[in-house]
Amino acid sequence: MAFDSLSAFLAMGGHGVYVWAAWGVTGLLLVGTVIHARAERRALLRDLRRRARRAQHHGASSDVATSVSHQEGHARES
Amino acid sequence: MWAFIHKLGSPKWFYAISARLQPWFWVAAAVLIVIGSAWGLAFAPADYQQGNSFRIIYVHVPAAFLAQSIFVSMAVAGFIFMVWKIKVADMAAAMMAPLGAAMTFVALFSGAVWGVPTWGTWWMWDARLTSMLILLFLYFGVIALRGAFTSRDSASRAASVLAMVGVINIPIIKYSVDWWYTLHQPATFSVTSRPAMPMEMWAPLLIMVLGFYSFFIALTLMRTRSEILRREANKRWVRELAGEVS
Repeated sequence: MAFDSLSAFLAMGGHGVYVWAAWGVTGLLLVGTVIHARAERRALLRDLRRRARRAQHHGASSDVATSVSHQEGHARES
Repeated sequence: MWAFIHKLGSPKWFYAISARLQPWFWVAAAVLIVIGSAWGLAFAPADYQQGNSFRIIYVHVPAAFLAQSIFVSMAVAGFIFMVWKIKVADMAAAMMAPLGAAMTFVALFSGAVWGVPTWGTWWMWDARLTSMLILLFLYFGVIALRGAFTSRDSASRAASVLAMVGVINIPIIKYSVDWWYTLHQPATFSVTSRPAMPMEMWAPLLIMVLGFYSFFIALTLMRTRSEILRREANKRWVRELAGEVS
């Protein structure tokens, strides 16, 4: 250990402001990117599930093959 | 080898393989960053000149390494996309740009904060600092360019070209400390010579650098998987996947 106490560790020999500002911003950005990536993936999966349910609904009332080709045609237009 | 690359280039294969690789990189990143942080912050000895402010090196150098490596990766991915039309390369390039910008900001911010007690100033228009600021603007340019086209293919090609041209800035950053007079100290790590620091100082730095690289790989795998779901949402295998998940 390079420090005798917790307060000495936090003070960083008078350079605490600089050390903790640099480390804090780094930590926040790293954690922030992970939170963002998880939210992004969850939102996409939710969207895909909604599409899948809609396609199933559609397929139940009509022929599945035409429903799929209809969807693909629609996707190509958009 | 070529067959493997082509398989990897297919979004479906990439999606499957990256799912198996991703957890290892997340674990490596977490373990390395936790150990490196504890070691660097609490156990490494204080610098005899700079005191404890030198502990900023453990976030500053890994961030600066990543900032440059991510830009090179983006240029390489852009080249692969332009030459072989491998879409996954373009998706990965698009997904790594924001992390690259964030790491460039971290390098600049931690450097500025470190400069106050060490140099007596937080900013100097010298070669190293200015070329890093240009790198940040290049990242902003690449990200903005992707949003500026209605056609995805035009956006991808424009972003690839900017990344391939902008990569010229990377050797300028690297050699800026040798070519011009600058406040910034020369490279901390070198392949050819032993580090100028004692082992207790450079070992945590090496661990942090490896941790940041693992984080970059893990995040890029994860976000490229998301981008595949976004761009290939109408492909049969993605629809089947969504059906299984629900």
